[in-house]
Formats: sequence, C-alpha cells, structure tokens
Amino acid sequence: MKPIRWIKKNTNINFLGLKKISIFFSFLLCICSIFSIFIFGLNYGIDFKGGTLIEIKSTSKIEISDIRSRLYGIGFEDAQIQTFGSDDTILIRIENDNVINGEADLNASKIIAKELGNLFLIQRTEIVGPKVSSELIQKGVLAIITAVSLMLFYIWIRFEWQFSLGAVLALIHDVTITLGLFSLFGIEFNLSIIAALLTIIGYSMNDTVVVYDRIRENLRKYKQMDLFELINNSINDTLSRTTLTSVTTLLALFSLYFLGGEVIRGFTLAMIIGVFIGTYSSIFVASQIIFFLGIKRDWSKN
Amino acid sequence: MLYFSFTKKFFLLGTCILIAFLALPNFLNQDSNIPFVPNKTVNLGLDLRGGSYLLLEVDTETIRKEKVDNIVDDIRSTLRKNQIQYSSLSSLENGAKVYILKEEEVNKAIALIKDLNQTQNNLIFSGQGIKDFELSNDKGNLVLDITKQSMKEKNRLAVTQSIEIIRRRIDGLGVTEPSIQRQGENRILLEVPGLDDPQRLKDLLGQTAKLNFRMVDTSISASEAIRTRTPSRSEVLYDKDLVPWLVNKKILISGERLSDAQAGFDQMTNSPVVNFRFDVVGGKAFARATSKNVSKPFAIVLDDEVISAPTIREPILGGSGQIEGGFSVEEANDLAILLRAGALPAPLSILEERTIGPGLGADSINSGKIATTVGMILVLLFIFISYGRFGVYANVALTLNIIFIIGILSLLQATLTLPGIAGIVLTVGMAVDANVIIFERIREEYNNGKTPFSSVESGYSRALGTILDANITTLIASVILFFLGTGPIKGFAVTLTIGIITSFFTAFVITRLIISQWLLKRKPEELPI
Repeated sequence: MKPIRWIKKNTNINFLGLKKISIFFSFLLCICSIFSIFIFGLNYGIDFKGGTLIEIKSTSKIEISDIRSRLYGIGFEDAQIQTFGSDDTILIRIENDNVINGEADLNASKIIAKELGNLFLIQRTEIVGPKVSSELIQKGVLAIITAVSLMLFYIWIRFEWQFSLGAVLALIHDVTITLGLFSLFGIEFNLSIIAALLTIIGYSMNDTVVVYDRIRENLRKYKQMDLFELINNSINDTLSRTTLTSVTTLLALFSLYFLGGEVIRGFTLAMIIGVFIGTYSSIFVASQIIFFLGIKRDWSKN
Repeated sequence: MLYFSFTKKFFLLGTCILIAFLALPNFLNQDSNIPFVPNKTVNLGLDLRGGSYLLLEVDTETIRKEKVDNIVDDIRSTLRKNQIQYSSLSSLENGAKVYILKEEEVNKAIALIKDLNQTQNNLIFSGQGIKDFELSNDKGNLVLDITKQSMKEKNRLAVTQSIEIIRRRIDGLGVTEPSIQRQGENRILLEVPGLDDPQRLKDLLGQTAKLNFRMVDTSISASEAIRTRTPSRSEVLYDKDLVPWLVNKKILISGERLSDAQAGFDQMTNSPVVNFRFDVVGGKAFARATSKNVSKPFAIVLDDEVISAPTIREPILGGSGQIEGGFSVEEANDLAILLRAGALPAPLSILEERTIGPGLGADSINSGKIATTVGMILVLLFIFISYGRFGVYANVALTLNIIFIIGILSLLQATLTLPGIAGIVLTVGMAVDANVIIFERIREEYNNGKTPFSSVESGYSRALGTILDANITTLIASVILFFLGTGPIKGFAVTLTIGIITSFFTAFVITRLIISQWLLKRKPEELPI
C-alpha cells in the first residue's frame, strides 16, 4: 500500500499574506474572550472557591426536582444540582458560604450523606476548605508563570529574542482564547483545568518551536532570501508535520473525550480546544510576529 | 547515524526486554506467581481504586495556649515555693509577665525562672540548645517571651505525635495500607484506600479524645448552677442527650493512665460497653478515689462531653472498669479505638477531603482502558496509512512506548491516577510527533534527490535538534506540574514526564535501529515513504 500524503508535496500557501484575515480573526477572538471573561466570569469549581461536591448514583433516572426538594428540606436552598454524564448520576455542589445555620463546611456532606445515603450510592465526596482553595489558586498561578518563564528562557537561549517574544504573544493569545471559550461555555474551572492549560501551553510552544526551528535553519541556508518568502516557506515545509501531529493528538484526545468517562471530560475538552488554537497560533500568530519584528540577517556586519 | 555496533544493539535490545519485563506483571493475573517475574504492578491512585484523601491541620493555636498556660503555672509554683512575693502574674499572647514586689528578690527570681528555661529545655528531648524563652527585666517587671524555635519544635513534636495517634486510630478501623505523611509545618496528608465508611474515619479523626474521670459536684443541682452561679471549683458539661451535669474541674485520673480499652457487652443487660484497664499508677489512683467516694456519682468525660456518670457502688481495686454510655455496637467500638490510641496533642481540622467510591474508581479504570485502547488503535491506523512501511516501524515504537511507561511506573512505584491515564493517552498522540518530524524530514531529503540511505541518515540527524527543542519545552511544563501539582495533577505530570522521555528513546533510537537494519539488509532502490 502506498502511503497517503495528506498535505501535498511542495505546498506554497501564502500564510503571511493572509495577514489581514488572521490578525482580524485573532483580535476578534481575543476581544470576545476578554469580554466573555468579564461578563460571564469563569465557572470556578470547588477547588478554587471552596465548598462541597457530592456525586450520587442510582440504578434508574434521578429526578433533579426530587433531590432539590430533599436538599431544600434540610436547609441547602442554594445547592447547585445537575446531571453528570447520564441521568442516573447527579452532582451536588454547595459553596462554603451558602451553608445555612452556620454549620461548618464539613457538616454539609455529613447532613447530605445522612439524607441521601440510604436512597442513592454516594460515589464521590470532595470538600475543599477556604484555606486550601486560596492556596490552590496561588499554586496554580505560580505553576503557570514558572513554566511559561522557563520555556521562554529556553527559547531565548536557543533562538533570538524576537522568537521568544513571538512565542509569548502566541501563548497569551492561546490562553486568552481558551479561557474565553471556557467562560462562554461555562466549563468548570478546576485543578485539572490548570493541568490542561499547562499542557496546552506546552503543546503550543512545541508546535511553535518546530516552525521556528525551520525558520532558523532556512535563515542559515538561504542568506539572500526575502524574509517574507523565507518564513512562508518554513511554515509550508513544516505544514505536513504540524497537521499530522495535531491529527494524532486529536485522535487520542477525542477517544478520551468520548470514552474516558465523565470525570475527565472537562479536562479533555480543554485540551482539544487548546490543540486547535495552539496549531492555529503557531502557523498564523507566532511567525507573523517574527516577520513584524524582523530578524538581523547578516552576522558579519555588526 | 545509521550504524549500530553490536554492543549498542545488544544494549538497546537488552533495555527493551528489561523494561518490558518490568511491565509484565500488569498484564498477568494478580495471583499468578511465576518465578523470576517481578510482582510489582502499577500503583493505582485513590481515584482509581477508591478511597479517601484527607488533608489535616494540627491546631497550633491550642498548642501555643497550652504552652503559655504551662509557663504561667510554672512561674507561679516556683515563686511560691521560694516564697518570693509577686503580683500581676498573667499570660501574654506569646509568653507571660510578672512583677516582683521586693527589689532585692528580683535577681533571685530571674535566676529561678531561668532555671525553668533549663528544665523545660530538657523535656523537649531533641531541642538541644534551643532556648525555651527570652526573659527581660524592667525594674522588677519580668517579661517572658517564648522563642520562635521553641514553638516550632513544639509544633513539630505535636505533628509527630498526631501522626502516630492517627495511625493507631486507623489501624483500629482495620484499614490496610493507609499512607500518613507530614506536609509543611503543621499539616498531615492522609490517604486511605478502599474505605466503605469515610464518615466514620472523619468522626474518629475529629475528636481529640482527651478522657478524664472526675467527681460529680452534688452540692447543688446542675440546672440550679446554670440558673444561679456555678461554684468556682466546678463547671457545667453536657452529655450527648444535652443533659447538663455539674462536674468538678479537678481531674481524678486522666486517660493517659489507660493501658487498654476493648468494646464488649455488659453481662447483665447485654448492651454494648467499653471495658478499660488502667496502668499501675492509674489503678492505684482509681482504687483510692473509688474507696473514698463510695455511693457518690463520678463522671467520665471525653472532650468536655460527659459520656457516662455512674455512681460508685463499691471501691474498684482491680484497676479495671466498664463504661456504659448507651452506645451502639459501632459507638462502643469507636470509643475503644479512641481510648486505645490515646489523645491527640491538639485538635485536628480537615482542610480538604476527596473521597471516591470503589465503584466509580472501577468505572474510571474501565473507561480509561477502553479510551487508551481505542485512541491507540486510531493513531496506529492513521500512522500506518500515512507512512506505510515506515508507519509500521513507528507503530512498533509507539506500542513499545506504552509498555515502557507501564514498566517504569511499576518500577518507580509511581501512582497512576485518572489524569495519569489521560497523560498516557496524550503521550500516545504526542509520541508520534518525533517520528512525524523525522519521516517528514526523510521525505523532504528523498524528494531533493538523495539516495534512500542518505535520506534516512540526514533525516534523522536533522530532525534531532527540532525534536530536542520541542520535547524540552513540553518537559519543562510537565516537570513544573509535577513539583507544584497535588494529588491527581501530580499523577498526570508523572505519566507525561515519563512518556516524553521514553518516547524520545523509542521514536528516535528504536525506529532508527529498525530502519537501519532494514536498509542494510534490503538495500532498497526506492524509499516507500
């Protein structure tokens, strides 16, 4: 069997020439994302907000209204109730400050377990106190900042500063849009999403580095070539790799999304969104910035 | 790049076989005990096997208060014993102060109190050279300031003791393989797999379990004491039915004197009880107290709750007794566990809890397996149709990579969590990247008119830099995640980190070995890529 070439030999797409469209598209997405984050906010899970989460399961469909009235009866008027995956599984969320009668947060799960424990199977209980939730936020932010700084430092050492700046802006672009989509769809923002974000950052950086690598190589090889043409060629040279890797990663992620169970669906969705945006940005954003900043070509003339 | 010496081939093949061997037990039946096969399987996280993760904090505030109270008591008794006149002895936020009335006694008082420093110091066995407090003198106004190191040492000790007591309490529940770790200065991380009643565990940990025996104050009734004035030597405590009792503050015997406690049944009524036994000192004290107070009621108090207040019918000389508190069987069991394990030095608060039922864990393992298998098959197929013969080689490397991840996870006994499975699946997608980069390079070189052999040769060598740069950036992210992440996130970072490293080996080295062997043997005119 002859191998299939998904991307034709010697493609010559004028990516940089699509500047007007890609800049407009990126700005539009970023601005919409920022608006969305400001208007809808992020749907923080109990990891960052503190509170109690209980997952209950039954052999048949659970009526949300039934659970709501039972919880109402024991004083949890503000409990958030939703089905989880299928209608025989329900998630109950209680925020720390919503607890009635000044009960300590630990008691919420105890009271609910007492009320529902005999009727349903309690699959999961997660309680995060306010002390831990604020630490988790700090740790999450710290993790992202450290990781990004180290990666940029690495790129700065391996390449020119223009590359590093291009990579930063591409990253900000990716993270902003991912967060924007999160707030738009109301995906729960929890600890595992921080992990997903970091992986997205890693992936996008990875993609960008492969294109950069080729630009650097071509810069050495074709000393006279116009920068516009050179960057375009570099993107085209790596296009087949960029696409194929995205496809294999997405194949794995989609099977995880559909078959991996409800618990990691949010996490996988975040990654899927990230792979799309990361791939787009390494082609259209990161290289565009390098072209815009320009690179010193001739090392002999200082 | 394409030449492999015999030693190198031997070494590479050996590595593969060794790691595959490490992964082997995971694919075998649990009970099969084949000789020479290692028996370490992947260590499943709590989210996959079910269990409770609890982050506890030792209340250092209580320890500080106790320390301050102790110092005040020590000063009082020392000064009294030596007949030094003083006034305004009181506790401070972080120490104590006292005014010495006679100027000529100030120096003597300072010396005595400094001696106190010494004795306190010796009590903390590991606190060598740590000063307990600083003493300052302003015209007879002495101020004691507890040093930071001393407090730190005290807290450290309290956490160590708490860990020991928690371990005993959990052992009492009959749970296997709990993991109890100190975290930070005053926290304890507790991981208990496969627990059917997490609430019971929390209830057991939520109690300090300070037990003591005291006389009931019968001078006035408890309700009268609440209405009017409680005698200064007594206090009002409640039992679990919220009935008030007026109980002496003075403790006859404290729970530290218990040598054993077991749940049992009363011989007459057949209701659940807790039988306890004092040590020698406690037994004597109990005998003395009961002989003196026949036909008077005494109270058994646990954490300021009266659990029982029987009347002493006759002196109890044998050093053992029985607590009847209208318990259920489980309550009697739990009380016995608490009494056997001893009291915590300070209350524990639960900062974070994550409990996963075993059913959910099993579901997660199942769906994880299915997702990994399907994802794997899809990627293998895609790579095969994209690269043909070379795709098959890449697929061999990919499969080997998964086996490697499992083998190394088993070797390191690292914990595999649900996000960890996601990490493996992600690595499947990303591991191929190195081969994609290489094969695209080979195609390019081949299209530029190079021979098959030199196309492959330069494809590999040119791709190396790119692969390293790309992998190192991802590696940075996953290592950071490992160090800053907690629980499940850490599990994700572990598999991702291992995956990145093993994928470099399988994709760059192993495929090169296979392809070079094929090239040398067949010497193809054309590259099927």
